[in-house]
This record gives sequence, C-alpha cells and structure tokens, in this order.
Amino acid sequence: MHFSPAPLHIPDGFLTLVISLVFWALTALAVGTAISKTNQSLGEKQIPLMGVMAAFVFAAQMLNFPVVGGTSGHFLGGALAAIVLGPWAGILVMTAVISIQALLFQDGGLLVMGANIFNMGILTALIGFGLYRLSSRVGKPVRLGVAGFAAWLSTVASALLTALQLWLSGTSRLEIVVPAMLGVHLLIGLGEAIITVAALGFIEQARPDLLSAEKTASQGGQGWVLGGVFVSLGAVLLSPLASADPDGLEKVAEDLGFLGAGQSAPYNILPDYTIPLLGETALSTIAAGAVGALLALGLVILIGRSLRRAQG
Amino acid sequence: MHSDAFDRYHFAESRLHRLDPRVKVSLTVAFILGNALLPDASWLALGLAWFLLLVANDQSRLGLWFTFRRSFLALPFALAALSAIFSPLGDPVFSFSVANITLTVTDFGLVRFAGILIRAWLSVQAAILLVAVTPFPDILHALEHLRMPRLLITIISFLYRYLFVLTDEVLRLLRARAARSAGMTGQKSGGGLFWRAQVAGNMAGQLFIRSYERSDRIYNAMLSRGYTGNLRTLHPHTMKPSDWRFLGLALFALLLTQLTGWIR
Repeated sequence: MHFSPAPLHIPDGFLTLVISLVFWALTALAVGTAISKTNQSLGEKQIPLMGVMAAFVFAAQMLNFPVVGGTSGHFLGGALAAIVLGPWAGILVMTAVISIQALLFQDGGLLVMGANIFNMGILTALIGFGLYRLSSRVGKPVRLGVAGFAAWLSTVASALLTALQLWLSGTSRLEIVVPAMLGVHLLIGLGEAIITVAALGFIEQARPDLLSAEKTASQGGQGWVLGGVFVSLGAVLLSPLASADPDGLEKVAEDLGFLGAGQSAPYNILPDYTIPLLGETALSTIAAGAVGALLALGLVILIGRSLRRAQG
Repeated sequence: MHSDAFDRYHFAESRLHRLDPRVKVSLTVAFILGNALLPDASWLALGLAWFLLLVANDQSRLGLWFTFRRSFLALPFALAALSAIFSPLGDPVFSFSVANITLTVTDFGLVRFAGILIRAWLSVQAAILLVAVTPFPDILHALEHLRMPRLLITIISFLYRYLFVLTDEVLRLLRARAARSAGMTGQKSGGGLFWRAQVAGNMAGQLFIRSYERSDRIYNAMLSRGYTGNLRTLHPHTMKPSDWRFLGLALFALLLTQLTGWIR
C-alpha cells in the first residue's frame, strides 16, 4: 500500500536502554493523564471518536503532494490533531497512530516507542496546542498564521529531540546529526505548516463550531500555553546552538553528567560490567547483568502500576 | 479496498501460530530488550540471537528466510548511525578529508556502528515475525491481558478497524483530484508548489470533517446496539501447559544468549 516510512520513526537498537526507558516513563505519565482527562470530558464517546480520528491521521499521512523530482511533501498531523481535538485527545490519537505504525508496519521500534510517541505526539501537542491557544481569541489570519508556525516548529522540534536522543545514546555525532535532521525538517515542516493552515481554514468554514475560542479554551488550561511557549523557546534557542556550537552543548551535557549516563548506560552504575564487591570474575559480570535486567524489569513494572492507577 | 489490505498476518499451521498471543508478545519484547542489553562487540551472543530467530522462522513454517527478506525496513535510518564511526573514543583506523574537514574512523566507532545495525536488524525481524504469525486483534488482546491501559487498546483496535474505511475515503479524494487535474504532456500543469500544498490541505480538512461526522454516526449506531463503554470478545485466551513450556524454554534460550554476551 501507499505506506512509506517517515524519517522520524526511530527503530529499535538506535537508542540505549536508559534513554528508551526514561522516555517510556515520561510517555506513560502523559498518556495516563490524557486517559483520565479525556475520560472526564468525553466518557464512553471517546472510544469511537478517537479511534476514527486516529484512523484519520493515519489516512491523512497518505495525502502527499508532489514537490519536485519524485519527492513529495508529507504530513505528520500531530499539531493539527492537538489543535482541533484538544491536547489530551491529540496525545491519545497520536499514541494510537504511532503504536499501530510500530506494531503492524514495524515503522519505529517497540522498545523505543516511548521516545517516538514523546517526539511525535506529546511534543507536537505541547507546541501545537500551546501556541494556538495563546492566539485563540485574535482574528482569523493571525490565528491561522500562529497555527502554521506552531505546526512548522513542532516538526522541527521533534527532529531536534530525535537528534539529541540519538546523540545521547552514542549513536550519532552531535555535529553531524543535528544539522542533518534540522536541515531536512526545516523543509518538511513548511509542508506541514501549509497543510495544517489550509485544513484549519477549511474546517473553520465548514464546521465553525469545532474551532470556537470557547471550545479551545475548555480543552486545555493556561498551563498548556505556558508549557508550549517554554518548549517552543527552548527549541528555537537550542536549534542554532546545537548546530553552530556542538562543542558547547557537549560541554554542558558533560558538566551535567548527562553524556556519561547516556553513552555508557546502563552499566554506569556497574563499572566495567562488574559488581565491585565481587571483583573482576565471570560471576561478577553475570551478577551485574542480572542486576541490570532486574532494574529494567522493576522500572517497567512501576510504569505499569502507575498506568493502571491512572486508568482506574 | 479489501479489509486485509494492511494485514501482515500470514496463515500457516504451525506451533508458533497456535501459541498464545501473550507468550508471543512477551517473547518478542524480551528478545528486543535482550538485544539492547547486550554489550557492544558481543558478536557470539548476537550470532546466537540470530540463530534463535532462524529457529523461530523455521518453527513458523513460513520459510527459514521469511523475516530476513522483509528486514530491510530500518535500513534508511542506518544513515543516522553512520556518524558513529567517527567516534573520538578508541584508536584511529584511517582518516580522510572532505572539504577541509578531516574525518577519522576509529575502531570503537566501527564496532559501535556494527553493533547498532545488527541490533536494529535483529529487533525488526522479531517484530515482523510477531505480526506474521499472530492476527492483529489477537496482539491487541494480548496487550490488554499484559496490563496495557484498556482504553488505549480499544482506541487502537478502532483505528485498525477504520483504517481501511478511511483509506478508501482518501483514495476517493485522490481520485477526485486526479480527475480534475487534466494536463497536456510537455506543458506545465497545475499551480505552484504553494497552491498544490494548499489543495492537499483542503483535502485533509475535508477528510477530517468526514471522519469526525462518521465517528458521530458510529457512536450512535453503537449506542443503539447496547454499547455501555466496554467491548466484549468471544475469544477468551487461556494459557495451556504447552504455552508455559514454550515460554520457559524460550526465556532460557534468551538468558543463555545474555550469558554468552556477558562472559568473556
């Protein structure tokens, strides 16, 4: 079928276990909150609405338009979903889309799915909805302009975060991966922006009730505006810094003890794959492996617990 | 469009097909987790993991090289990892210069790059095998049993159910656009790039409204059939003794792989 892998879906094996689990934890937290929030606002109606909306985002990703010489512009849809459906529903919709892409089409890995959902679903909802809500009471041209900018920035920010995750995992060199990812997605983001603006304009003409200022305000509080502006500023400031002065960023990360934790994870707490007490024997290495595996298992169980609590 | 257009399930009579989906999902995750846990340069363990994968392929009766032939999906992403070969850690192997920048390939970098590629390649094969031997609704059911949030699973199963319907909708939109976009060969047709992107955007808006209204109709239809917020299933999966045996055996093999990787 017309299915082409998008460049932002990280496959398994490209991120270290620690980075994968950290982003799984963040994603689980956000998705758990989203579930309870939409449960309050929509109740049982949310299942058909969000299921079909997720199918919409998936199908809309097929709407490509010819750019030049065989390449075509694509559509990710995270910002649009968050603007029209609200941020919590947008997160759930994008989670469903990214899950099915990973589970059914192997587009994006399973262990790194938390990171993929965070980059393409949560970050895009934060920037897309946050900036849009900021301008929800001003005139239509400005509002659509802001929505377009938000869609563009959300694409660029996902690319930046993906690049940073790859770097922290020791998979890519910072000075190569950041300019490459940003360069491609500065352009892809333009397509995303035009499609988002045109789609919003169309929806506003055909169904103005779906995009009224009151509806937007009821879907997410001021916290989204604050978070969205904060993350957007972060992305805008970090992008030039990361591509122009990678050494500076590397230094900051090193000072914060970030880089070591990412690159040699998860064995940092178990130096040289051994447990200090047992000395450098095979037994020690085995024990270190077992401890690492148990730690990971414990974290997964904890996430599962918190999810169940959030659900019930 | 046929409802199986997106399906990746390959029917066969095999032990893997009959296995409880919970076992298959857990083992796939354990396999991928195991790959991530292996230290760099544990070639023997990675080889063992591949061997296990081949055994699983053989057990599925889909052919020994079934997943291998479909495993090049993650390849474009390998480009992102290519820069790892210039890692500053480790001893230089050789260096060359492009446009005044000298790049040095190190042995540590090469090992790291190979490790990433092999892990990604093995992991994607495990995922391919999982969807090939398990009908997708069964996978979702297994995830529900494994304590994934039920609401999310239900949304995903709805997404799966309406994927085909909305894809048909998109194909109708694309056909309508093609029918209205006549052009003579050799002559420039259609507007500029901006205009074309705008048309695609209008189509996305149209698709959104059609989907939104369809979800309303679906909800009403569900209510009129007695929907109370829970979806019921006729397939209560139960773990048979043979499922437990298979799970134990496979976990033991995965543990063995880990030990091979960690002892040196």
